[in-house]
Amino acid sequence: MNNRIQRLRKESFDAKPSLSIERALIETEFYRENLGKHSLPVLRALTFKEICQRKTLYIGDGELIVGERGPSPKCVPTFPELTCHSVEDLHTLKNRPMTNYDIAEEDILAYEEKVIPYWQGRSMRERIFSHTPPEWKAAYEAGLFTEFMEQRAPGHTVLDGTIYTTGMLDLKNKITDRIGRLDYLNDPEAADRAEQLKAMDIACDAAMIFAQRHAELAETMAESETDPERKAELEHIAAVCRHVPANPPRTFHEALQMYWFVHLGTVTELNGWDSMSPGHLDQHLHPFYEAGMADGSLDRDQAKELVSCLWIKVNNQTAPPKVGVTARESGTYNDFSQINLGGVDVDGNDASNEISYIILEVVDELRLLQPQPSVHIGKNSPDRLLKATARVIRNGLGYPAVFNTDIVIAEMLRAGKTLADAREGGTSGCIETGAFGKEAYILTGYLNVPKILEVTLNNGTDPLTGKKVGIETGDPLEFQSFDDLCQAFAKQLEYVVELKVKVNNYIERMYAKHSPAPFLSAVIHDCIENGKDYYDGGPRYNTTYIQCCGLGTATDSLSAIKTHVFDEAGLPMGELLKALGNNFESEEALRLKLWNRTPFFGNDDDHADEIAVRIFETLFETIDGRPNTKGTLYHMNMLSTTCHIYFGKMLGATPNGRLAFLPESDGTSPSHGADRNGPTAVVKSLGKLDQTKTGGTLLNQRFLPDVLASEQDLDNLGQLIRTYFHLGGHHIQFNIVDTDTLRKAQEKPEEYRNLLVRVAGYSDYFTDLDQDHQEEIIHRTAQQSA
Amino acid sequence: MHSGLMNAVKGTIFAIKRYAIHDGPSIRTTVFFKGCPLSCIWCHNPEGLKPSIEVVTDNDRCVGCGACVEACSALALSLSPDGIARDETRCTLGMECVRVCPALAHEATGWETDVPALMAELMKDRPFYEQSGGGVTFSGGEPLQQPAFLLEVLKACGKGHIHRAVDTCGHAPTDTLLEIAEHADLFLFDLKQMDSDAHQRFTGVPNERILQNIAALVDAGTALRIRFPLIPGINTDEANIRATGAFVSALPGVGEIDLLPYQGAAKSKYARLGMENPGAKLVPPGAEEKTRTMEILKEYGLRVRFGG
Repeated sequence: MNNRIQRLRKESFDAKPSLSIERALIETEFYRENLGKHSLPVLRALTFKEICQRKTLYIGDGELIVGERGPSPKCVPTFPELTCHSVEDLHTLKNRPMTNYDIAEEDILAYEEKVIPYWQGRSMRERIFSHTPPEWKAAYEAGLFTEFMEQRAPGHTVLDGTIYTTGMLDLKNKITDRIGRLDYLNDPEAADRAEQLKAMDIACDAAMIFAQRHAELAETMAESETDPERKAELEHIAAVCRHVPANPPRTFHEALQMYWFVHLGTVTELNGWDSMSPGHLDQHLHPFYEAGMADGSLDRDQAKELVSCLWIKVNNQTAPPKVGVTARESGTYNDFSQINLGGVDVDGNDASNEISYIILEVVDELRLLQPQPSVHIGKNSPDRLLKATARVIRNGLGYPAVFNTDIVIAEMLRAGKTLADAREGGTSGCIETGAFGKEAYILTGYLNVPKILEVTLNNGTDPLTGKKVGIETGDPLEFQSFDDLCQAFAKQLEYVVELKVKVNNYIERMYAKHSPAPFLSAVIHDCIENGKDYYDGGPRYNTTYIQCCGLGTATDSLSAIKTHVFDEAGLPMGELLKALGNNFESEEALRLKLWNRTPFFGNDDDHADEIAVRIFETLFETIDGRPNTKGTLYHMNMLSTTCHIYFGKMLGATPNGRLAFLPESDGTSPSHGADRNGPTAVVKSLGKLDQTKTGGTLLNQRFLPDVLASEQDLDNLGQLIRTYFHLGGHHIQFNIVDTDTLRKAQEKPEEYRNLLVRVAGYSDYFTDLDQDHQEEIIHRTAQQSA
Repeated sequence: MHSGLMNAVKGTIFAIKRYAIHDGPSIRTTVFFKGCPLSCIWCHNPEGLKPSIEVVTDNDRCVGCGACVEACSALALSLSPDGIARDETRCTLGMECVRVCPALAHEATGWETDVPALMAELMKDRPFYEQSGGGVTFSGGEPLQQPAFLLEVLKACGKGHIHRAVDTCGHAPTDTLLEIAEHADLFLFDLKQMDSDAHQRFTGVPNERILQNIAALVDAGTALRIRFPLIPGINTDEANIRATGAFVSALPGVGEIDLLPYQGAAKSKYARLGMENPGAKLVPPGAEEKTRTMEILKEYGLRVRFGG
């Protein structure tokens, strides 16, 4: 790290997350003035343009890549059109112990006076909740599922390489061309398409205005700059901002700034889940790197410095604040921008290059919260890449996560993408599979699979509240066989999924109609050609995902019932249910018997793994292939972010011997402490799931540091990963940390502010996690070397 | 495919560890055979010393449910204020207590197995062996204490094209060792102490036979890795290091030695087994000691690595 990067990194690391009301004020004023004068898409585009014209700019000392979403680093705008925070919310955000956001009292007053009165009753969140039927509310409040779109817009957006060859002016030409080809005679939607296209055109202008303003600011700063070196840099920044994003980039520097303006545009326009990601950044940057190296205008250190600048920029973009259930399901400052490295090119060749290695060096040196790298390993990826990855993993940052290129492609082919589009795709957010630059793959919320089993075991009632939250699927005391129970579970699951889907479909239409995203649409294929918005089926592919949580807990619970109630027949169902209802009070021997004497998922034991496969297939059959509102389909993926902790709090004691309110298993990982035969057994168990049927699974592994002490250990880790991928695994990630270190960090957080740990599909600073999340990580099975 | 003989030969083992990455090349599964002819004072697998299976009870785990008392057909158990009391004179090792205890407070120190059952476990990680170039390691205890069983398992692995390593102290009849060597791909051979008197003092047996066996294996062209456990106060004096260096460098075709620094990790195991820990005062070697040992061994032209 050179001096510049050290300083910028420190500033970014030390900056306190805060809220900016500027965007909300501009937007509210603009809506008051203009709502009703334009079509909704055009209104959204004009609002975006207004923000780009008026928002406070920031060019920090020493910066090379410029532009912030808010007025300064880690200062986050609010999005009242989605969720209008109340005064109480703002105080909560300011004062809550974890993931808090500074906000000035006068800003809270201004919000109360100018923003809240306008958006009350108009925000997406309020409109969604006012529409939901009582059965949905009962299930939602019981923690059977969450709803993603109540505070953030649908997103999961990743770019392909288009913006490196196509500037905003080119996009505008395409839009003009498409408007010229509209068929008002035969296409009943022609007028709607015209509005969408007009909106996209305005949005492209907005992005160019935003860049021009930065150019002007840089020039002004250069004029008064006394340090000749910095003066030259500012002049160069001005020149770069005059060129991109209007035109395609010509240099490495311009390529990064191009991406950054597009990134900022999409996250300023709306507040989509998982921010924005550049996709295969190493592949996109490589031609510029090669050209710069060839003509002598760039050296490796400069490239690394510029990449570091981008990393710091992304780190400056703290996630917009969440409240309520959504804060509980993903309480973090991380906005989940994920950058893919390695993988294959469109012809299927290994695509890793020097930039892949430069980026691995950058992430290892900077150790920032975001963006987080993922390395994509296919059968033709070199061992060198795997080893360089293992070397960073060893340092215990929790990243990079490792993905299986071949399975990710297979998942996309199964879901109907072309081979070329699948190869250009990858993963974003935590582990979600998508066709980069061409797909809206919308996550809709988590499904609490163990809770569905709990409700099944109580014939439709939530035992924690006594409320009816499901349907009556039979009195479990009457079940004659394990199959009876599985069938009841399948029926209950179908009911819950259908409740969720009905509301999802409503929300999809709400966003399509009331909250189009014209700038995002302009940069995603084929919104321009289709004359349709990103949220309205404009992209080439449109997927709706439901994320299933707690496979391990559900499997182990069913396995316990099968083993002890049905197979060995020693434990009457009534006795088990009573013990669960009492949270195993005075039943420790029974609890231990269930915990110690049941085949559990994650041990390469077919008795348990067959149940996991059965649940997995039931989820697949229930979710996959349902129509969404865009003429395409629902698919499932399997991750939990931090929702397994929230879901655990909503769940009573479970038949696997888990006490009430403790976390349930995360992603597709085994239950905490249930995997007792080491990592190869875990990987074998996971390999029995046909993961190609998903849009991603998530496997957490925690290793003690001595498992990765030597060079050979790194090779062995690489081979463990490769074997998992041969067995069909989608993803694996590692925490390399001992319990002692984590306990010390709890005692003296001030000394461990740099300690990154893997939480879910992302890493977070351990000391920024609340107690529940900290304990959850400590209780993950620590794999030792034999 | 399993012959009657394979089923007939039984073995006693006390652990199977998967993802063993320090017991030979790459990713392996290690099988721990029960029973050892040595009694090294630093032994970190004391549960492997005796050939017979015992039951040990950890009363810290006991929840006092009484299930074992009820299950024991020999009436050897009773509930006491401290947990479960076992009348050793009555216990017939029927293992009912081990099978019923919900808290895993009773544990057997090993189990009997046969070749098909063990092979089923070993084959589970075959994809990892194939991907990484790993395989199976037989350790203990001392695998050569059960030569008939070891031989049959090695043959079965050979049929399955699984790489086989035998981790031995080398204290066994030379004929047996050479017969085993025909069916093994690699020996991990411990060289604990070059002075026979000291060897006798710290391990219970002299070392002449062990040294002869190393030479015999080398003569027979067996692939061999020499492993030198570094235990301060036992074998890290300069004279022993030099003797070790001289001995190993004189072995044709070996040229390499693996250093295994003592970890001092078995204290709780001795306590659980109710055994006195003869090595209670031993400490792991310091960084300086490790470096010094490595430097001296290098003088003998050996490639030296830590771990193995």
